[in-house]
Amino acid sequence: MNTTFEDIYQHLLAGFGEEIRGRDEQCSPAAIKVAPAAIAEVCKTLHTREKTYFDQLSCITGLDNGPEAGTMEVVYNLYSIPYNLHLSLKVELPRNNSNEEPLPELPTVAGIWRTADWHEREVFDLLGIRFTGHPDLRRILLPADWEGYPLRKDYREQEYYHGIKVRF
Amino acid sequence: MANQVQYTYDPAHFQRSEPLKYSPDELKSGEMIINLGPQHPSTHGVLRLEVVADGEIIKDVVPHLGYLHRCFEKHAENLPYNQTIPFVDRLDYLAAMNSEHVWCMGVEKMLGITDKIPKRVEYIRVLVAELNRLASHFVALGTYAMDIGAFTPFLWMMRDREHIQRLLEWVSGSRMLYNYIWVGGLFYDLPVGFEERCREFVHYLKPKLREVEEMVFSNKIFIERTAKVGVLPLDLAINYGVTGPLLRGSGLKYDLRRVDGYSVYPELEFDIPVGKGEMGELGDCWDRSWVRAKECDEALRIIEQCLDRLQGDLKRTRDFDPREAVPKKIRPPKGDYYIRGETPKGELGFFFRADGRSDVPFRCKSRSPCFVNLSVISEISKGAMVADLVAIIGSLDMVLGEVDR
Repeated sequence: MNTTFEDIYQHLLAGFGEEIRGRDEQCSPAAIKVAPAAIAEVCKTLHTREKTYFDQLSCITGLDNGPEAGTMEVVYNLYSIPYNLHLSLKVELPRNNSNEEPLPELPTVAGIWRTADWHEREVFDLLGIRFTGHPDLRRILLPADWEGYPLRKDYREQEYYHGIKVRF
Repeated sequence: MANQVQYTYDPAHFQRSEPLKYSPDELKSGEMIINLGPQHPSTHGVLRLEVVADGEIIKDVVPHLGYLHRCFEKHAENLPYNQTIPFVDRLDYLAAMNSEHVWCMGVEKMLGITDKIPKRVEYIRVLVAELNRLASHFVALGTYAMDIGAFTPFLWMMRDREHIQRLLEWVSGSRMLYNYIWVGGLFYDLPVGFEERCREFVHYLKPKLREVEEMVFSNKIFIERTAKVGVLPLDLAINYGVTGPLLRGSGLKYDLRRVDGYSVYPELEFDIPVGKGEMGELGDCWDRSWVRAKECDEALRIIEQCLDRLQGDLKRTRDFDPREAVPKKIRPPKGDYYIRGETPKGELGFFFRADGRSDVPFRCKSRSPCFVNLSVISEISKGAMVADLVAIIGSLDMVLGEVDR
């Protein structure tokens, strides 16, 4: 076992410079912060580079920090089966505070790991983050005509859905 | 108002709420869209599949999920960690103990009390989790055999699962949704006499597993229906994030109980069965089911070792308190955590973000193995026969409660 978190961080820093926004070692697994536009390229590097070879994408989590903070986050948990390595990548992106503003956008990683396909659809469904370049970005868990994104902190459920009162 | 039917009927509702991905107008000559589910016994729950078929050959399968969505993540954001355990049970309701185990392990890791859990508690956790793993695999194998035409294995396995459910009812008070494993401990110690009864059950079950193996896995019809069907190559499996018996069926010796070595699994002896493509190709439906059957044997081995310890150096004492290490207040320090464990279906992971100021998680996401395993279905059923689709769905062994959360 010779690849450490420090190695990965330094390698990414050398390759991407400004696009790497820092690190967070309080997390378990330790996290690297990445600029939204660069996430797909960073993932591609980590996936293909022989020394890291993150062949499994464990999880994609979307987070909403609320309208006051005005940001949303997406956390990618990567795992490398041959090296038994964990890593998480964090992306912070501005939030739209009203329906008039466009949804926050992020490049997809579905071309690298097929796992991302459904996970990104879920993040889109529940948090309203749009993944550009995604092959099939539809709602996955909720009905297609549902209004709003339930895991947002300021979510208010619609009053009626097909004539059924939503709040009981 | 309360007694009135609130739903207003509109023929367009269905089209608007779950529209088809493929349009019937754009199909090629000879192609058709077949709708399978959500109420269909072979989908093992409420799963709807939109199948595009050219005659008998499947062109594409589009799963439509969400019929069992119960807002687990939203609930978890509003409840203290210990009060979410009953909701965790309801994710994979066939293997509630395993999910509880992962959840509690995760919260304990966040609190930093993993080392303070008494050994007896850990062994009891592994014991009940492995019993539940057996029960889950019994449902998987039994219903799978029934899906493809064998009725007897289903009845036999349900009969044996009943014994497990009664044992677990004796332990926790309920048959399926236990709320038995608590953060930092257990609800109660094992009931007096449980270890002896459980050992009897192990003796009873061993020959039964041989019977089932003979009856199912060397049965010609079973082999014809499952071998070389739904082949999942290893590289595809990894790229899709598939875990559990599916990944092992494709030939990778990868089990989180060994890889991560959590709880007391490093102290226990067990093998990790992998598919070898004995009857057809590596990673076909037969391999996946065979891995499950072999895991039943390994689970029994683990149970026996746990019983040895629980009746030996860790045997019950008058003053043993399974709630000794249960924290009075669960307030993890600020940070992000991703915790995972091996359930019968694969890697169950929980992502937590704790803000360090409150007793509820800021965000909790469950990475459910069934959700990820199901996503591979369209890939492995392309080019198969429509009748084989049932065999493929069954071999994935998903629980819709966990897919939809």
